[in-house]
Amino acid sequence: MKALAKILALAVVASLAASPAFAAGGHEPEKHDWSFNGILGSYDKPALRRGYQVYMEVCSFCHGVEFIAFRNLIDMGLTEDEAKAAAEAVQIEDGPDDQGLMFMRAGRLSDRIPPPFPNENAARAANGGALPPDLSLMTKARPFGPDYVYALLTGYEQAPDDVEIAPGMNYNPFYSGEQIAMFEPLFDGAVFFEDGTEATIEQMAEDITQFLMWTAEPKLDDRKRMGLGVMIFLVILTGMFIAVKRRVWADVH
Amino acid sequence: MADSQDHEHNKMQLKGVMGWVEYRLPWVNLLNNAVGTNYPTPRNLNYWWNFGSLAGLALVIEILTGVVLNMHYVPTAEGAFASVERIMRDVNFGWLIRYVHANGASVFFAVIYLHMFRSFYYGSYKNPRELVWWLGLIIFFLMIITAFTGYVLPWGQMSFWAATVITNLASAVPVVGTDIVQWLWGDFSVGGSLLGRFNSLHYALPVAIVGVAVIHMWALHEHRSNNPLGIEVKGPQDTLPFHPYFTAKDLVGVGVFLLVLAGLVFYAPNILGEPDNYVPANPLQTPNHIVPEWYLLPFYAILRAVPDKLGGVIAMGGSIIILFAVPWLDTSKVRSAKFRPIYKQFFWLFVIDTLILGVVGANAPEGNWIIIGQLATFYYFFHFIVILPVLGWIESPKPLPDSISTSVLGDKKSPEPAE
Ligand code: HEC
Ligand code: HEM
Repeated sequence: MKALAKILALAVVASLAASPAFAAGGHEPEKHDWSFNGILGSYDKPALRRGYQVYMEVCSFCHGVEFIAFRNLIDMGLTEDEAKAAAEAVQIEDGPDDQGLMFMRAGRLSDRIPPPFPNENAARAANGGALPPDLSLMTKARPFGPDYVYALLTGYEQAPDDVEIAPGMNYNPFYSGEQIAMFEPLFDGAVFFEDGTEATIEQMAEDITQFLMWTAEPKLDDRKRMGLGVMIFLVILTGMFIAVKRRVWADVH
Repeated sequence: MADSQDHEHNKMQLKGVMGWVEYRLPWVNLLNNAVGTNYPTPRNLNYWWNFGSLAGLALVIEILTGVVLNMHYVPTAEGAFASVERIMRDVNFGWLIRYVHANGASVFFAVIYLHMFRSFYYGSYKNPRELVWWLGLIIFFLMIITAFTGYVLPWGQMSFWAATVITNLASAVPVVGTDIVQWLWGDFSVGGSLLGRFNSLHYALPVAIVGVAVIHMWALHEHRSNNPLGIEVKGPQDTLPFHPYFTAKDLVGVGVFLLVLAGLVFYAPNILGEPDNYVPANPLQTPNHIVPEWYLLPFYAILRAVPDKLGGVIAMGGSIIILFAVPWLDTSKVRSAKFRPIYKQFFWLFVIDTLILGVVGANAPEGNWIIIGQLATFYYFFHFIVILPVLGWIESPKPLPDSISTSVLGDKKSPEPAE
C-alpha cells in the first residue's frame, strides 16, 4: 500500500495549505529566525530582559499582559530583587479592610502586572474609540504568531496614493484591513538599553516580540528540553518493540 | 468446552493469592481469551489491524488527561478562559497535560479514520461483522459530540462561535426550531449555561464510549477479526495465538503512535488549533472564518454544500447515517479490495473525495469552493448509494486463494504477510 502513504502525505500537505491561517487578511509576514524556533530552540534571556523593558516603557501605557504576575518575571530572568522592585513600583487596590474600605498598597510578587486601564470603556476613551488588546497571548492568537507581531511593529509605511486613510488610522500592510488605530509605537532610541544594545526599531521589535512569545508560552524552554528526552526515549522504545516483534515472528514466516 | 478446560488449567497453575483470586474471579482466564494465547487470530493481519488497539490507547490517554484538566477547569463564561491559562502556567505540568489532551484528540480521530478506511478497504463490515461496524459507528458519533463539546470548553472565539453556529442548526427544525435552540442554550443566548451543560456532556460521553467500545470488542470476539484476504479462517494452520504474536505487533504501533503524539505535543502543540481560540470569547465580534477542528471539516463541508439550512443539516446527518447501511449497500460477496480490481479504484476515489471535502470545509464558501463542495458532497453519497451496490453486481472478482495459510506460507519468496 505504498500508494496510500503517498496519498496521506498529499493529504497532510493539502490540509495544511487549506488551513485558514494562510488566508489571513494582511500581507504574509516574512519568516524570522527566532532563537526559540526549532527542536533545540530556547528563549534568548538578554533579549527577554530588553523586551520586558520595551513593554514597560512603551507598550504598557496602552496594553496589559493580564496573565503575567511579577513573580513570573523571575522565571523570565529578572533577579528576585529586580522583580520585587518592579512590583513595589506599582500601586494595587486591595481590601476590604476591617472598616470595609478598599485601599491602595504597594505591589507584591504575587500580584499580576496591573492593566493600564480599569475597563474597556476607559481604554477606548483614551484611544479614540479603538481597544488596545491584551498582549499576553498575542503571539499565539494570530496566524504567523511572532513573525506577524514583528512585521506589524516594523511594517508601518506611507500609504499608497490610492488608499484613503480614515481619520485616526495608520497604514500598515500587515494588519488585516491594512489600517490600524495604533500609531507606530516604536521609534529609534525610544528606550535606552543598559546592556549597550542599540535601540533601533528592528532591535526593539525583535526584543518585544521575544518577550511577548514568552508571555504567551512561558513553558516553551521546559517543553523543548523535556521533548528531546522523551523523543530519544520513545525512539529507543520503538526500536526495542520492533526487535521484539521480529524475534517473536522469526519462527512463523 | 475449550474455555472451561482452560479455566481448570489456570486454576491448577496458579497457586497462592493469584490462584485464590483466579478461582473466584477468573480474570487471567478472561484476558487470556481476549488478548492472550487462547485467542486465535488470522496469521496474516497486517499493520492496518493496529488501529483498533491504538484507538483504545488514545481513549485511555484522553480520559486520564481529561480528568486531571477538569480538576482545574472552571466551567463558567467568566472563568473558563482564564482557568485554561492557569492550567498552562500555574498547574504543575498543566501545559503538558493540556497539550496531550488537545493533540491526543486529533491523533485519536486520525487513528479512527484509518481504522474506518481499513474497514472499507477490506470489507470488514460485511456479514457476520455488521454489528461490530454499527457499534463502531455509534462510537464515532459519540466521539464527534465529545470532540465538539470539548472544543467549546476553553471559551475562546472559535469555541464560542462554533457553539453558536452548530446549536443554531436546530433552528432549522420547522415550527419548534427556536424553542429547541433556547432549550439547548438554557438561555436566550449562547453563554455560561450552555458551557456548563457542554462540560457535563464532555465528561459523561467518553464514559459511554468506553462502554460501547467494550461491546464493540465483545461482538468482534464472536466471529473474530477479518483479515487482508477477506476469506474465512479454515483451521488452526490459518491462525496464530494473539499473544505473543499480535501483542508484539501492536506494541510496534504503540511506539509509532507515541512518537507522533509526542512530536506534536513538544514541537508543534498549536499547529492543529486555530489562533483565534487564544482570543477570549466575544459575543460582539464575529471572526472572519468560523471553522471546526480539522477532523470535522468534511462534515462541515457537507453541511454547507446545501444552500438550505434544513437541507444542510439533513445532508450532514445523512452522511453519517448512510454508513449504517454500508454492509447492505455493498452487494459484493468478496470482502477484500485485493480481489476487487474495480472497487479498489473507487475506494481510492472515495478517499480523495473525503480529502477534498476536508479542504472545502477549511475554506470560506465563496467562488469555486461552493461548486467543488457540492460536487464532492454529491460524490460522497453517489459512492454509497450507486457505486457500492452496482459494483457488487457487475464486477468479476479475482479468484480467491484456498486458505490463509497456503496464501501466506505457500510462496516462500515473500515471507511478509500478504497485503
Ligand atoms: C498609544 C497607545 C498604544 C501604544 C503605546 C501601543 N499600542 Fe498597540 N495597539 C493600540 C491600539 C489602540 C490597538 C488596536 C488597533 C486597532 O484596533 O486598529 C493596538 C493594537 C496592537 C496589536 C494588535 C494587532 C492585531 O492584530 O489586532 C498589537 C500586536 C500591538 N498593538 C502591539 C503593541 C506593542 C508591541 C506595543 C509596544 C511596542 C504597542 N502595541 C504600543 C494602542 C497602542
Ligand atoms: C473508541 C474507539 C474504538 C476502539 C477502541 C475500537 C477498537 C477495536 C479493536 C481493538 C478492534 C480489533 C483490532 C482491529 O481490527 O484494528 C476493532 C475492530 C473493528 N472496528 Fe473498532 N474501535 C473503535 C472505533 C471504531 C469505529 C469508529 C469503527 C467504524 C465505524 C470501527 C469498526 C471496526 C470494525 C469493522 C472492526 C473489525 C475489523 C476486522 O476484523 O477487520 N471501530 N475495533
